[in-house]
Amino acid sequence: MPADRMPAERTAAAMVEPKAPPGPFAAFFRDFSENRAALIGLILLGLLVFVAIFADFLAPYSPIEQFREFTRIPPAWVEGGNRAFLLGTDEIGRDMLSRLIFGARLSLFIGLSVVVASMAVGIVLGLVAAFAPGWPSIVIMRAMDVILSVPSLLLAIVIVAIIGPSLTNTIVAITVVYLPYYVRLVRASAMQEKTRDYVTAARVGGAGTLRIMFKTVLPNCMAPIIVQAALTISNAILEAAALGFLGLGAQPPSPEWGAMLASAREFLQSAPWIVTEPGLAILITVLAINLVGDGLRDALDPKMRRS
Amino acid sequence: MKNFARLLAATMLAAGLASAAEAKTLVYCSEGSPENFNPQINTTGTSFDAARPVFNQLVEFEPGTTKIRPALAESWDVSPDGLEVTFHLRKGVKFHSSKQFKPTRDFNADDVLFSFNRMWKEDNPYHKVSGGAYDYFNDMEMPTLLKSIDKVDDYTVKFTLTKPNAPFLANLGMDFATIMSAEYADAMLKAGKPEMVDQQPIGTGPFTFVAYQKDAVIRFKAFPDFWGPKAKIDDLVFAITKDPTARWAKLQKNECQVMIGPNPADLEAMGKDPNVNLLSQPGLNIAYLSFNVTKPPFDKKEVRQALTMAIDQATIIKDVYGGAGQAAKNFIPPTIWSYNDAIEPYKYDPAKAKEMLKAAGVAEGFESDLWWMPVTRPYNPNAKRIAELMQADFEKVGIKTHLVSYEWGEYRKRMQAGEHQMGQLGWSGDNGDPDNFFFLLGCEGARPGGQNLSKWCNEDFEALFQKAKSTFDVAERAKLYEQMQVIAHEEAPVFNVAHSIVYEPIRKNVTNYKVSPLGRREFAEVGLE
Amino acid sequence: MFSFIIRRVLLVIPTFLAIAFLTFVAIRLVPGDPVEARTGERGISPERLAHFRHELGLDQPVWKQFLDYLWQIAHGDFGTSISTQTPILTEFTTLFPATLELAICAMLFATILGIPAGVIAATRRGTFVDYTLMGAALTGFSMPIFWWGLLLILFFSVDLGWTPVSGRIDLLYYFEPVTGFMLIDSWLSGQEGAFSSAVSHLILPTIVLGTIPLATIARMTRSAMLEILGEDYVRTARAKGLSPFRVVGIHALRNALIPVVTVIGLQVGALMAGAVLTEYIFSWPGIGSWLIESIQRRDYPVLQGGILLVSGIVIVINILVDLLYGVLNPRIRHAR
Repeated sequence: MPADRMPAERTAAAMVEPKAPPGPFAAFFRDFSENRAALIGLILLGLLVFVAIFADFLAPYSPIEQFREFTRIPPAWVEGGNRAFLLGTDEIGRDMLSRLIFGARLSLFIGLSVVVASMAVGIVLGLVAAFAPGWPSIVIMRAMDVILSVPSLLLAIVIVAIIGPSLTNTIVAITVVYLPYYVRLVRASAMQEKTRDYVTAARVGGAGTLRIMFKTVLPNCMAPIIVQAALTISNAILEAAALGFLGLGAQPPSPEWGAMLASAREFLQSAPWIVTEPGLAILITVLAINLVGDGLRDALDPKMRRS
Repeated sequence: MKNFARLLAATMLAAGLASAAEAKTLVYCSEGSPENFNPQINTTGTSFDAARPVFNQLVEFEPGTTKIRPALAESWDVSPDGLEVTFHLRKGVKFHSSKQFKPTRDFNADDVLFSFNRMWKEDNPYHKVSGGAYDYFNDMEMPTLLKSIDKVDDYTVKFTLTKPNAPFLANLGMDFATIMSAEYADAMLKAGKPEMVDQQPIGTGPFTFVAYQKDAVIRFKAFPDFWGPKAKIDDLVFAITKDPTARWAKLQKNECQVMIGPNPADLEAMGKDPNVNLLSQPGLNIAYLSFNVTKPPFDKKEVRQALTMAIDQATIIKDVYGGAGQAAKNFIPPTIWSYNDAIEPYKYDPAKAKEMLKAAGVAEGFESDLWWMPVTRPYNPNAKRIAELMQADFEKVGIKTHLVSYEWGEYRKRMQAGEHQMGQLGWSGDNGDPDNFFFLLGCEGARPGGQNLSKWCNEDFEALFQKAKSTFDVAERAKLYEQMQVIAHEEAPVFNVAHSIVYEPIRKNVTNYKVSPLGRREFAEVGLE
Repeated sequence: MFSFIIRRVLLVIPTFLAIAFLTFVAIRLVPGDPVEARTGERGISPERLAHFRHELGLDQPVWKQFLDYLWQIAHGDFGTSISTQTPILTEFTTLFPATLELAICAMLFATILGIPAGVIAATRRGTFVDYTLMGAALTGFSMPIFWWGLLLILFFSVDLGWTPVSGRIDLLYYFEPVTGFMLIDSWLSGQEGAFSSAVSHLILPTIVLGTIPLATIARMTRSAMLEILGEDYVRTARAKGLSPFRVVGIHALRNALIPVVTVIGLQVGALMAGAVLTEYIFSWPGIGSWLIESIQRRDYPVLQGGILLVSGIVIVINILVDLLYGVLNPRIRHAR
């Protein structure tokens, strides 16, 4: 099972051995909040979400307003800085702080959209593959094999090259890239759950296949899917930034972090803050999400809890 | 005794190594991999630069100028009607040799015939080798211009033309008119590997080709039997370094001595570096924003003038070109003769622009697209940034713009089809003739798919353009071109953004390096201290 | 076991065909045209465009082009690059060693540092050392590597001047490539300083490409070790009074390595994706930058052949990992 940046450590364990259904919500929350690192991640993430939602009120300026007299002003604490531009300005005089704030909105939006889209499509395809053996299953799983054998970034690049670079198309491309992980995960869990007594009981009780798929089996497969979701968000953000960096992501003048890095590359020596700040923003965001993801995994995975 | 001999051998070896270490190696940080080593089939400056050390043409440009001087042709005569050009070839010119090929004869008329017939005649066995695209040969209208090429004797070749053409000689100095070895071509054809001719070049130039490692390095060494003054360096190395920041870092560390395409942002530091000479030369080019006059409201000249006034040109020069450009007011760069310096550029005046737009009936909140090309060009370091600046400028006069871009080939095709409303492009001159620029505004190119992107066809302008084309007197031509610039200024079919200034930083120990106005890198006469 | 191998290999064939077909169709959907892409500002007349499209076979129906293409591949011919007119297999084989060398170094770097880090973190569970190591690992795991590469260049190459900026070796050294691996070639050349020059050029790209695998391996090793250390036989071994080193180093680690080896294998796809960015940043003449450039030039044959070859390699390595996993863990073999 090839997995790009999906470390098998997180998902494989959940797939190979059937897990008990997650405990009550209270237990989950207790476990989660005991994990200090995850709590820090959650707080950071909460802040980022807050910033993203209220960007219009928090940002000192519009992300695309150009202060032509103030191009490439360093951050306020550096010599030559200006207190009006806390984190400095970029190559055409736009306020870095405002761009970063609005960039948070874009990045989180990309991450969330990818997760929702790939999860929704992945669940449907995965359940179909589990419940319809024969050619639907074969076609779906072979198609996923094909997607997985092309290195993720290359695949995303080719897709974007076909449908044209834009924010929406970035989301589409990354969704396709991450689809197989959900399909495989859902199928594997559903195959296991399918043979359980409670499913047989439901079937005997006269439930239709669709009902069994979505109402009976799916809820019991959700734990690994949720862990996977946390992972996908962070990877999708990284992937989108990489596409932006290569000039294939969000288009100007939108303040997407990766795209900010791409156009600022030439200032590596003369104005390094234009390069360092967006990268740092990406790193912090992804780190926060990964911390939360780790916490989720530990809380949802009883085996890890024991050890 | 035995030991002594060994010691002696070791000493000699060491001495040999020492002298090898003293060999003068010039490293040039280039920006990309060449497509191949045959300038006949290439279209990019990168590929031309990579083949130039190996080859010669019948005539050549004096380094650092656009002046023609004799090369493989020692002299030439032009018949009084201008239809026959006879070249007298240089004698005793040697071709390089390689592992696969040792020349048995000197350069002669057969090589000239082969070189041109390959591009011209479909029945030439080499015509279809390596893709068979001779873009420049076709673009310079050689197929229609040439009537015949005849060998008078071994050292005399006569070109017969279908009509007199003043820039013909200058065209033969361009890279596509390179002279290849007919003997080498025959040998490779016999060996069944004709494409070798384009991969392992054999020429008459000052350097022989040694090796090429894709995306990494090209190596040349001085050719001892070169017909001209022998090269002053022993080895010439092209270090392929795609990132301008990396090129500059390498130059600073003396990992290369000459580099192409500095970042505008780094120019200031380059000027201050005590080990670096920052050479510059106004480029023979123009970056412009085309207004598609077939789409209202761009059909009104008042609107076009207003938009011109709405753009803050000074900021573009400052923040995009970073000093490596001069604001343009005419379509041709000031280095070309007939440049009309009397033209008074439109002043940046958003308030007046807004008024004019209102008067012309353009409603507040009018929406337009604004195209930018996805690549860096010699005349435009960052079309995206220019588009972002213009977008903000247009916003101020109440015009909302959407930035649009496509893959490079697609972009140009769609612009030529006239799909845009406003779009950026540019032009790099080939031979320093005004005609080579103004045809971009002529009526012929205004058809869909033509090179006139504004689709602007002005009768007065066109009449002057045609008249200038058939006039031979330079002073008279210059007058016609000056009048054309007045019309173009008034009608404003394009906004002239800038002429770039080409900067080439070199280490201080490099001697006699000249920046070419034609955007070429030439190492034939360069030395190293 | 044997039938498992056969089945696994046979399953690859339809996958491979599907990739061939999809890349073929997908690439034809990409807007732009290889002939148009090369003409620059000048453009090209419709007649000449039609002429070249005909020469390149681009005017044929897509299904016919595809069948021709399969026929060629079956004969080991992956086509010819439109922009350079060189056979794609030749370009691939000259550039692939550069990518492979980088990938191997990155993987060695990741394994050599990652496994000990994971073991240490596991044995010191809950201590400051554990938190520091795992914090660092999670940071590495969250790293946008293109930015990481730029930072390293800025700091080590530009500010400190310790490492070269880009390329594979100092250009003063010149020798014919023998293996294509610069480390081996430079050593074989016998030129003084060539080898160390090759090494210094490899350092930063190795770190950049190796960062994410390093973080993954460290995290994986730690969790596998924790699991094993809790097992009964390890407790027994401890109770028997075996030295901690023997317990951890011999008994636990050997079992913990099974999933770790798998993870290392699974990183191959990620490595190829990372190589695209790493090569782009360091002007590394490998497969990644080759493919990116071919997209810009709309060089269909290169894109098609390149993706097919890269996917082929990923598939083969995945099979090997599967087999290795089966060998290491007999339970899995039967479960399948």
